[in-house]
Parts: sequence; structure tokens; C-alpha cells
Amino acid sequence: MEVTFSVKRFNPDDGSQGSWFQKYTLEMDESSTVLDGLIRIREEMDGSLTLRCSCRSAICGSCGMRINGQAGLACNTKVIDAMRDDTPIMVEPMGNMPVVKDLVTDMSIHWDKVRAIQPWMQHSGPEPEAEYIAPNEDMVHLAGVMSCIMCGACVSDCTSLEVDKNFVGPAALAKAYRFVADPRDDADISRLGSLNEYGGIWDCTRCMQCVEACPKGIAPMDRIMSLRDKAIEAGFTNTNGARHAEAFASSVEHSGWLDETGLVVNTYGKTNFKEMIKLIPVAARSFRVGKVPPLIHKKRPGVENVQRIFERVENREKV
Amino acid sequence: MFDHDVLIIGAGLAGMRAALSAVEAGADVAVVTKVHPVRSHSNAAQGGINAALTDRGDDWREHAYDTIKGSDYLGDQDAISVMCREAGDEVISMEHMGVIFNRDDEGRLGTRAFGGQRQARTFFVSDFTGQALLHVLYEQVMKAGVRIYEEWFLLSILVEDGECAGAVVMEIRSGEIHVVRSKTVIIASGGLGRVFEPSTNALICTGDGMSAAYKVGASLMDMEMVQYHPTTLKGSGVLITEGARGEGAYLLNSEGQRFMERYAPNMMELASRDVVSRAEQTEINEGRGIDGCVLLDVRHLGEAVINERLSQIREIGRDFANVDLLHEPIPIRPGMHYQMGGIKTDVDGQTEVGGLYAAGEAACVSVHGGNRLGANSLLDTLVFGRRSGVHAAEVAKTKEHSSAVSDLSADGDRADIQRLLDNDSSGEMFGKIRREMGDTMNEHLAVYREQNGMETALGELRGLRERYNRVAVTDKSKTFNTNLLFTLELGFMLDCAEAIALAAIERKESRGAHTRTDAPDRDDENWLRHILVKHTEDGPQVDYMPVVITDWEPQVRSY
Repeated sequence: MEVTFSVKRFNPDDGSQGSWFQKYTLEMDESSTVLDGLIRIREEMDGSLTLRCSCRSAICGSCGMRINGQAGLACNTKVIDAMRDDTPIMVEPMGNMPVVKDLVTDMSIHWDKVRAIQPWMQHSGPEPEAEYIAPNEDMVHLAGVMSCIMCGACVSDCTSLEVDKNFVGPAALAKAYRFVADPRDDADISRLGSLNEYGGIWDCTRCMQCVEACPKGIAPMDRIMSLRDKAIEAGFTNTNGARHAEAFASSVEHSGWLDETGLVVNTYGKTNFKEMIKLIPVAARSFRVGKVPPLIHKKRPGVENVQRIFERVENREKV
Repeated sequence: MFDHDVLIIGAGLAGMRAALSAVEAGADVAVVTKVHPVRSHSNAAQGGINAALTDRGDDWREHAYDTIKGSDYLGDQDAISVMCREAGDEVISMEHMGVIFNRDDEGRLGTRAFGGQRQARTFFVSDFTGQALLHVLYEQVMKAGVRIYEEWFLLSILVEDGECAGAVVMEIRSGEIHVVRSKTVIIASGGLGRVFEPSTNALICTGDGMSAAYKVGASLMDMEMVQYHPTTLKGSGVLITEGARGEGAYLLNSEGQRFMERYAPNMMELASRDVVSRAEQTEINEGRGIDGCVLLDVRHLGEAVINERLSQIREIGRDFANVDLLHEPIPIRPGMHYQMGGIKTDVDGQTEVGGLYAAGEAACVSVHGGNRLGANSLLDTLVFGRRSGVHAAEVAKTKEHSSAVSDLSADGDRADIQRLLDNDSSGEMFGKIRREMGDTMNEHLAVYREQNGMETALGELRGLRERYNRVAVTDKSKTFNTNLLFTLELGFMLDCAEAIALAAIERKESRGAHTRTDAPDRDDENWLRHILVKHTEDGPQVDYMPVVITDWEPQVRSY
């Protein structure tokens, strides 16, 4: 079948003005991947087309790029799945990183963030003579996270990172989870303490882009949510994020629905007048468009049923 | 110019293990790698790592015997003993560093069965053991603060007065060429799979270090011993782990028979890789294949085992063959997978060139001989990576930097590259030459070989070398010029391909992976010896070395 790629090109050496899209059309069979196409282009049609790739089987993580606007691996994306009627398959470099040339990005932002979480095993006390004894379920669960290949697809499409470069980002946080959840690692408290800071676990907006982009099913956002739970369990409750989560749950548990005014007050802290003053213009705008929540927050009928759900979940967590 | 005590080429398992041990030994260490460390091909090792742990009732001598028999008695028994004796400590220290191995019911490290071994002694992390080890070693290298020159490419090794003095490298991003001066160099640049087409190997496995070491006087040994893995996908050559058969998968022919019962009645699907690949190829050649393949069937293992222990190959089946292994068998065939041969070293990684070391697939100690057992390659990288790192660091302490090395030492490489860039741009690119080389090798130097075919291949390789001298590099830019990079890699690969063909023609018997239809028997009287290929001014020369036999006399090999 005939396949057309539209590839975003950029070469800092050619003196031209920035990037452009170039179309390549080739005959491919149905089982081919996007990477097969790009390799054939650079070997047979245009030797200057530049991309990273190596293993061709989704284990080395080299060929992260955006295909039809979403980050993923070129090697495990079939052309037949990427084709949309008559429009060419759009291939671009990953986002949130500077482009070096064509599809090659400078990934140092990714590696630096991974390094920042101190991604190495930290034991306290002497090592055992033989292996550490650990339950197989824990290890199999961790292996699922450890199978992250560091391709950077989640970093590329992270919407928080796009607006705040200080955010540690999904790949590094998934890596951090791997240590926090490892029964052999003894640095949980200090790890959770630093992840609780600005730029850490509370800066994720839960947009799900990382889960969508991840080619290995790591679901970084779910790991971030687990880290939040673990941070709260470990007593790190003095953050807007932790208070927000607590206030949200407590409001629903007590009244059956969300107390929006109470949520704001409890998130920032009842005596945090500075933040409250900052919110006055928001309140005023809400008032003008009729979006102010009722001043008195009443219980909803049937709240007992909601409370029973809470009870049941809490009991299950205890088991 | 950059100065370091120990310079390591390659950041896979062998390179990073060497780096860690050299740092611990007190050396200033730098690693040059053409890809980011976690992109290295060690990633692709799926099934596991062998070790005979005494607290499991196993014995390193049993592991050594299985390895020696697997090698068809071409492996050096002193080296194999070192590897098998040190295996247990190596696996435990990786566990302590943080590798998440699968466990048994008591929470201790669990094992699975692997080919050619009478004990289940393969420790594993699902079916991505290589990746799990590689990422943990990278963590440790970060922690140790090792200097990594990432995306730098080896051009040549520097030798002054017979002593290794550093290397010339190209920074891929800028195109700048640098001299790194060092007291010792460890080549840990991996294998040469792309010499063949198809191959299970990543596109980066281009024999760079083997060729560079060969050109400065190190011998290449056992190069005729090229492993064809029994379970690879048609077309792309993507690997399906031996762990599948370790967990109990069947191999079936077009008549639905478990044909291994006719070739290896005791070990069946878990015979040595050379034995299984030959059996499959025979089935296919005799008309009991399906479209050039046989079938691998895991359905009877059940969903739980497949998802917990073979998750990645289920993904591979879905992504690359449109097959869900839960519901149907997957067509597979033998495919080029591993080079048993490489740069000749001793058990401390020392080559014949002073101060030059090699470890991992680039090296030939020789622990694999004529055929490597599954899950011995990861072990090889770690044991001999560590030993090379220690030795290279100690030797570096006794040496000064060579005063003959300067920035001018890169001039030869600069001129070579300029010559390539000056070639007529309208000529043929590297891709066509590489493809023809790969097809030729896969046609004449695969599972079954014979004299005429191998000579045809050698003749074709020499023709390709002529064409390579005129190859067109169409991208002239400095920044991240992969067109130039692949062209340089092709030069390395042509050296390796020639050494393979020469050594294969030389060995006039069948042993391990080297099976000749015109000399089907093993001939211990004449050929129980290593073949070496040396680079000289007058072209490659062949030489021999005796095989080291300690406790295990060669016997008839059956499974």
C-alpha cells in the first residue's frame, strides 16, 4: 500500500529559517511500522533525515517522537493504525525539549529530572549475605514499573511541564515510585519529603496525557497518585495538595457533595489570609456570572449511603 | 584533548560494570558511548542470567560442565571456571544494587529452566532481565558520578610504542572530533549483529570496537561461531525469548509434531541453541515448515504464567506479528543473534595490545566457544566487565599518560572522514551496501554452510569493500550527522564480516554453530583449536591457539 509521511524537518546547519514539513511517499506492506518507513527514507531516499532508533522492538526507548500529534514509539506504531484517510502520517519531534535536528531532541531535561530524584537503591544497615527476602507479588508489581524504558514520551506530552519547567515530571516520578514502593529501599521518608516540595507530586494536574503516551503501560500518573497517598500516610499533610485531597474527601463524606467554598478555605488553611485576599477578585467574578456556591452548605438527602461507601472503602484498606 | 586513567568504550552491561569496578579501584574513569547508556543493546536480553548458587543445592562445576558441553568443547575451561565460580556473587551483588528479580514462594530469588542446562539456574526479571540489569547499573554509575561522554562515537584506538594510549572519538551532536588520552582502554562496545540481515540485534550493533581493536593489532578469535537463535520473527528478526521454552513452550512443525523429539529426545525444546536451530532449519528445508517458519506454542502455559513471566513477548507478538500468544502459536525461525567470537582476551580482559582490554560480546575470553548457552551472555558481561575494570584501573596506576598523544593524533581520522565527505554524492549510499552484505552473510554463513557458498560470500565482501571506498555521504552537515555515522559503522562491519568468512572457511569441520554440509562431523584431532584472524599490512592472516582443557575431556555431544 502507498503511505505518505509528512515529517517535520529542522537542520541548524543549513542556514534556513526554522522548521518545515517534508512529504515522502513509499510503498509499504501492511505489517510495517512507522519506524520501518523512516529507516527506508533515510537509507534509500534522503540520507539527511535524522532520528534516533535502535532496537526496533520497543525496549531501548530511542525512537520517541510525536506521531499524528501524540508522543509514542515509532517502532511499535503500525502505519496502518496511523493512517487517517488521505492525510499523511504526521511525524514530529517530541515536545517539551529543544530540537537538535529533525526528530532528534535534546533530552537533557528528562535525564536531569531523573537524576534529581536520586534514583538509586538506598539501604540502611549492613547488606545481607545472600539476597534480600521480598514477596514475589511486590517484586512483580515493581517490575511493571521498572519496565519503563525512559523513552520520554510522557515527558514530551506532559501539560504541567509545558507551563512549569520546575515540575519533576511523569518519568522521574514513576522512577521515584519504584524506590518508595521497594521494600528493600530505606529512604522512603526523605524521598517523600522532597517529592512533597514545590515541583513534586502535587504539581501533576491529572490530565492523563502521560498515561495515553506511555508505550509500555507504566501509567506514570497512577504512580504519582500512589506517591501522594504514601506521602499523606507518612504524615506529609502540610501542603495545599494534601489539604485539598483531605478537604475534598471530608466534604463529600459529611454532606454527600462538594462544599466548594470550604474546599478553598481548607486547601489554603483557615488562617491563610494572604491567599484568601488573593481570591477576592475570583469570588467577585464568580458572583457576577452567578457561579457562587450557596453560603450555607447543606447535607444532601441519602448522605448515609455515601457514608457507607466511605466506610466500606476504609475497611477494605485496613484489610 | 581530555585525560582519564581508564577509558571505556560502550555503556552496556560490560562497560558500566567495568566503570563501577574501576572507580571503586580508585581510577579516574570515563565512558564513551554512541547512545545514551540505557539505550544500549544489553536491554534486549530477555530470559535471564545463569548462576549456580550453592544455597540452592547447585554447584558451579555443574554450570561449568553445561557451558563446556554447550560450547562443543571449544570454550576455554579455565575461563569458564572463573565465570561460573564468580556467577553467584555477581547475581547477589546486582540484587543488592536494586535489581528486581522474580522470587520464589519464600521471597528468595526464583529460577527458571534454560536451554542446554540440567538445572534450573537462570535468575530473571520477567522477560526483560537485560533491561532491568542495565537500568540499575546506570543508576549506580550516576551515583558514582562516572564521567559519561554520551553520544560520542569511537573512530580509532591510539597506540604508542606498543601501548594503548587512548582513543579518537567524534561528538555526534556537534560533529567535533576529540582525542581522549588514557592509560588503559576497555572495549565494551558489544556485538556485530547488523553484519547479518536479518538479525535480532539492534541497529547499533555494528562491531565498532572489534574492528578498531583488530586494526591496532588485537586478534579476533572464534569469529566463525555465529549464533542463530531458534526463535526469531520472520522479516524483522525480532527476538522471542528462550524463556518461553524454559517455561514449557512447544516447537511444532507443519504436521503439528513436537519435532525436537527426533533431534534431542532428552532435552527436547531445551537442547542447546545450535541444536534447536539446526533442527528447525532441517524441518523447514525438508518441507515441514510453514512459509519458511516453524511454530512456537505457549497456549498450554495459561494466561497467568504468560502475563507474569512472558509479558513482553506477548506484547512483541501483538505488535510485530499480529499474533496473540494466548490464543495461537507464533511462526518463528532461526535468526542471527550473537557473536561467540570477538577480541581475544585473557580472564582479566587483557588483549594482546598492552593497556587494551575487552569485555562482553566484543570480547572472546573464550567462555562460549562454539555455542553460547542462553543466559550466559549477561553473566559474561558482568563477570568479565568487573574483572577488566579492576585490572585496567590497577595497571593505570603504574603508568603515565603517553607524551606522544596530542590533538594532532586525530588528524588521520579527520582526513579519512573528509575523504568520505568528498566522495561523489551521486553514488550509492551505505544502505544498499549494508543490505547486500547482510543478505550475503545470511545466505552463506547461516545455520548450514559449505565451502563454495562461503567463498562466494568472501568474494562478494571484497567487492563491497571496493564499492564502500566510493560510498556517497549525502548529508554534509556537522550537527548530528547520522548519514556519516552509519557510513563509518559500515566500514567497521565490513572488517568483521571478512573475519567471519575467513575463519569459517578455515574451519574444516562442524562444531557448535559452525555446521558444514561438506564436513558434517566434529574433528577433535585437527580442529580442537581456536582460529584467530589478525590484521596485517598485507591483509588478514589466520593463526591458531590451543583450547584450554582442564577437567573435562571432550565427549560426544547429545541432548
